[in-house]
Amino acid sequence: MSNNIVSRLKRKKITDVIATGKRMDGRELLQYRDWEIKTNFLAKSAGSAEVKLGKTHVVVGVKVGIGHPFEDTPDAGVMMVNAEYTPVAHPTWEPGPPPEDAIELARVVDRGLRAAEIIDMDKLGLVSGEKVQMIFVDLYVLNYDGNLIDACSAGALAALNTAEAQKFKVSKKGEIEKTDKTEKLKLRAHPLSVTVCKMGDSLIVDPTYDEEEVKDGRITITVDENGNLNAIQKRGPIGFTLDEIKKCINIASEKAAEIRAVILAGE
Amino acid sequence: MSKTTKKKTTKRKTSKKQWARVDGRKPDELRPIHIESGVIPNADGSAYIEMGRNKIIAGVYGPREMHPKRFSKPNMGILRCRYHMAPFSVDPRRSPAPSRRDQEISMVMTDAIEPALFLERYPRSVIDVFIEIIEADGGTRCASINAAAVALADAGIPMKDLVSSCAAGKYDGNLILDLGDHEDKKGESDIPVAYLPKIDQVTLLQMEGIMTQEETEKCIELAIEGCKQIYEIQKEALKKKYGMVEGAEEKEEAEEEPEEAPEEEEPAEEAEEE
Repeated sequence: MSNNIVSRLKRKKITDVIATGKRMDGRELLQYRDWEIKTNFLAKSAGSAEVKLGKTHVVVGVKVGIGHPFEDTPDAGVMMVNAEYTPVAHPTWEPGPPPEDAIELARVVDRGLRAAEIIDMDKLGLVSGEKVQMIFVDLYVLNYDGNLIDACSAGALAALNTAEAQKFKVSKKGEIEKTDKTEKLKLRAHPLSVTVCKMGDSLIVDPTYDEEEVKDGRITITVDENGNLNAIQKRGPIGFTLDEIKKCINIASEKAAEIRAVILAGE
Repeated sequence: MSKTTKKKTTKRKTSKKQWARVDGRKPDELRPIHIESGVIPNADGSAYIEMGRNKIIAGVYGPREMHPKRFSKPNMGILRCRYHMAPFSVDPRRSPAPSRRDQEISMVMTDAIEPALFLERYPRSVIDVFIEIIEADGGTRCASINAAAVALADAGIPMKDLVSSCAAGKYDGNLILDLGDHEDKKGESDIPVAYLPKIDQVTLLQMEGIMTQEETEKCIELAIEGCKQIYEIQKEALKKKYGMVEGAEEKEEAEEEPEEAPEEEEPAEEAEEE
């Protein structure tokens, strides 16, 4: 229980079952677990979402604040995505600085949102070169049972989609004042990631923790509602052939549309 | 979104004839590449690469005992890549502390190179690959992988194949190979790819930007073609150092050479050089 090693017997069972086109929990190879999504359930954040994907459980919070712009983009707002592997989520996770996988999780989700130009950052400037609006997206993992990237990407989109950002007023002296008004964040795209895992000769989606431990490698592909690709990330010490990559892209396009329907239906 | 993409595609058709890249290259032309192996006397293997204005040094230490020991694996060796940018490699100066970006690149780079090695031969050991970016000019992760592969071969570590890496992307509506700094930052999208030509597998694949499925697939194919060209340059770099040992008459023989020859020849060679 307290180590992250899947026994050889179980490993073999998992790969054998997948080779026959089924999964340990009875799913098809390309079938997601059931999504359960709740949005805007936190009062103190601009937007929030709770995503349950099987036993994987994440909470995403969106906060809007004021901060300094980057030197090269004095008028553009800043979006930051951070992932937190909380020690409650898994017996092997400990408090402390984020492990490599948490950094990757945050960066892959961030890349998907950023590349899709989900928010028009140029509209978030307040005082050129000094003050801009900052959007913080925090991915909080509460229980880990595989496929965090897809769960967090869905959570981030759901949270941003319902977020109501506080409006700010700039006085003549250049001071920022808070107003009582809020405004919905305008999303220009709705990107979602789909992670396809390779296990032997099979491709599967939505791996559980055990399946993730057994997998050879994975490709995460972020797709927007127009079928454009926004981000790709391959992991694992294996190679993919061009055909396999094309298959993964097809699977991702199809699955992203399915997930989008579920997430945007909850509004 | 769909409107903007449509605009871009029409623009591409009309402007294709007179369109030229920022540095005057053809869409499928690589930047000039220079690779030199064995540049760091203390390292077991090393390589220096200039890819455009990128200047990168890769050094390999190992296989050697793993420190800290608890990270070692009893049944196989570990490949540990560290990608690091010098503070003066970019504008403005960056902090020398490893950033989240550096850590991610180190990870994907390890994944890109590991399939080429036989790590099961080195239980409890580590092969350290250190990458220092002296100057960055777009596509540093690809250039780093190219240098790392040559450095590993230079260290005499048996490999299934060299790893070659190159990016492709979309700039101003055109699909282009090997993006430079400007094209990387201002372009619509960027896909770094690493490829093992002999076993025909892609071991690094990332993407950022907006592209249709068709364009993405074309880009990956374009990048693979670029990798194949770089593969030849990498082999040349190794031949330059080891070619004199056995005389590389035939290409096929020369391919095998860096994998086997260095183990014995290298120490003698390095002594000569100094």
